[in-house]
Amino acid sequence: MRTFQALLGLVLVAAAAQAVFAAALIPTPEFTGHPIPTAEHPDPVARLPLRDWLDVAAVAAGIALASYFALRRRTRRGLFLLAVVSLAWLGFWRKGCICPIGAIQNITLALFDRFYVVPAAAVVMFVLPLVATLFFGRTFCAAVCPLGAVQELAAVRPIRVPVWLDHALGLLAYVYLGAAVLFAATGSAFVICRYDPFVGLFRLSAGLDMLVFSGVMLVIGMFVGRPYCRYLCPYGAILGWLAHLSRRHVRIPPEECIQCRLCEESCPYGAIREPTVTPPAGKLRRGRRRLTVALILLPVLIAVGAILGRRLEAPLAGVHPTVQLAEQMWLESRGLVEGTTEASEAFRNSGRPPESLYAEARTLSHRIGLAGGWLGAWVGLVFGLKLIHLAIRRRRTGYQPDPARCVACGRCFWYCPGEQARRGWIEGLAPKGTGRTNEPRRAEDV
Amino acid sequence: MADGKGNIDRRGFVSGCARVLGAIGLGGLASALALRKGRTVDEVWQIQPDHCIACDKCQTHCVLDVSAVKCVQCFALCGYCDVCTGYFPTKYDALDTGAENQLCPTGAITRKFVEQKAGTRYFEYTIDESLCIACGKCVTGCRLMNGSLYLQVRYDRCLNCNECSIAVACPTQAFRRVPASRPNLLGRAAHEAEEALARKQAAVASSGRPCAGWHALRNEGRGGPDGPAEARQA
Repeated sequence: MRTFQALLGLVLVAAAAQAVFAAALIPTPEFTGHPIPTAEHPDPVARLPLRDWLDVAAVAAGIALASYFALRRRTRRGLFLLAVVSLAWLGFWRKGCICPIGAIQNITLALFDRFYVVPAAAVVMFVLPLVATLFFGRTFCAAVCPLGAVQELAAVRPIRVPVWLDHALGLLAYVYLGAAVLFAATGSAFVICRYDPFVGLFRLSAGLDMLVFSGVMLVIGMFVGRPYCRYLCPYGAILGWLAHLSRRHVRIPPEECIQCRLCEESCPYGAIREPTVTPPAGKLRRGRRRLTVALILLPVLIAVGAILGRRLEAPLAGVHPTVQLAEQMWLESRGLVEGTTEASEAFRNSGRPPESLYAEARTLSHRIGLAGGWLGAWVGLVFGLKLIHLAIRRRRTGYQPDPARCVACGRCFWYCPGEQARRGWIEGLAPKGTGRTNEPRRAEDV
Repeated sequence: MADGKGNIDRRGFVSGCARVLGAIGLGGLASALALRKGRTVDEVWQIQPDHCIACDKCQTHCVLDVSAVKCVQCFALCGYCDVCTGYFPTKYDALDTGAENQLCPTGAITRKFVEQKAGTRYFEYTIDESLCIACGKCVTGCRLMNGSLYLQVRYDRCLNCNECSIAVACPTQAFRRVPASRPNLLGRAAHEAEEALARKQAAVASSGRPCAGWHALRNEGRGGPDGPAEARQA
């Protein structure tokens, strides 16, 4: 036994010496009756793309069905069931990858990095809901997106968020979108995937921080409808803009609005806009002045944002692993931190001079700093446009969903007496203003 | 919006134009990316073995309960040692397959006697992938000698997450995306060993057959980067 251990020790020392001086290996023996096998790998047949294309087909079919349910059949039940199916398929079975929300980053990286190969399925996955939104509104959010679906199921007691808070929090999504694009473009991280609140739920596996985040989002989602969709989802931010252009969109009354106000309270997402009244002349003038101020403020906000964003170089660059490593190496070399990390240890063993790492990190950091300026300008632009948007006077004759905020969940349909008359649940309606007497037959939906 | 009677107002016209432009723009972006130099291939995550330091992040950070990463044995590089530093811990009691003598916490390495030559016994070590948990202990052990054991992502198990959780945690950025049609990566030493073995086998095969002719010679000359990879997958 001792001899074996001594022998092993000798071998170890010899091996270490070999590793340092020359990679002299122990030769592979030539056996008389035993051929040297080759390592077995799983078959690299293209079953992966097929699976991805199946997801794309499922999303396409889901959007078509959701649009049909929301615009033609006007059925909340159909949308709800479709959401459950999407959640089961795209969420729990396919584990939520790859999704259009995450595909933002693949597209961005493909645009900024010539050597990144973007999977065709990701491109289609990204574009499909965008184009569909141009024509049908956010029906993808209604019942296809698994993240939306899980929050749709969680929303048991949604309360109304104050309008000012709703508008303010809604800006977060644009900031998140800008940050996600920045980190993807500079190759730092795919933050949308890293901080996806529900993918851990689908996979039934996540780190503690993400599990806590997921739980918190679910609990909030019980009382605030779809918190992720409304206040964080970067894809929802893009979809909201495109939905303004949508050719057809969810209408609350099937025919003409009788202004009974029954739908007003039915929307848990604060997406229903009341009819406007023509304001008195004094208010009109004030509104016009506010719009002028907002228009002047826009370039100022962009400039201020760019300047502030430029100062964020250090924290933004700190997300990139190479910059992190360089920072650690520098701190270690100055003796400013105790001990080493696995990364710095490995780097030292690789024999690469730290100067080249520092140079690389400096280049990266500089690029990320410039991108930070753009991010700041983007945030300024978003704030400015929001101010302009709020200052513009709208004309609405009936109750209408705000296309940018409406996720076509279909809750409002059943509250509309016009819809009930269409379905033959109640007698035909008197022309205008008498709708209040018509109580909905079913106050609760699915 | 259109007022529903076939007449289109100014707003409706503008939004209609914007819609068409948007659709064309999105379609253009998609086709530009899809047709870019014909390179839209599907990719999978893989570990570059030369960068891997065999920490235990692959074991703990995969979103799967049992990691998609497995240990792979490059037999062409293996020394078939009796005292295998990837199989035995530094303080083993006996050179046998007893659990207490194994480095692998799950007993995923199978040790099989092959031959005794000139007083030296040679053993073949194979990985039972169903037991492997990608802790990397054997890989670190084996690096003391030849370094024939290495970690690879098993793409049939991998969920192919958009951002691989292990890649985020990997201290040496050893994870990369590789084409799904050629999903395996070899370290430099393993690559050379496999090439040498393939050359030797080809030589034996051609000397055994009388009329190998130019065909074999042509295969020999194919020394580009594609050659060994295809040979590996064949």
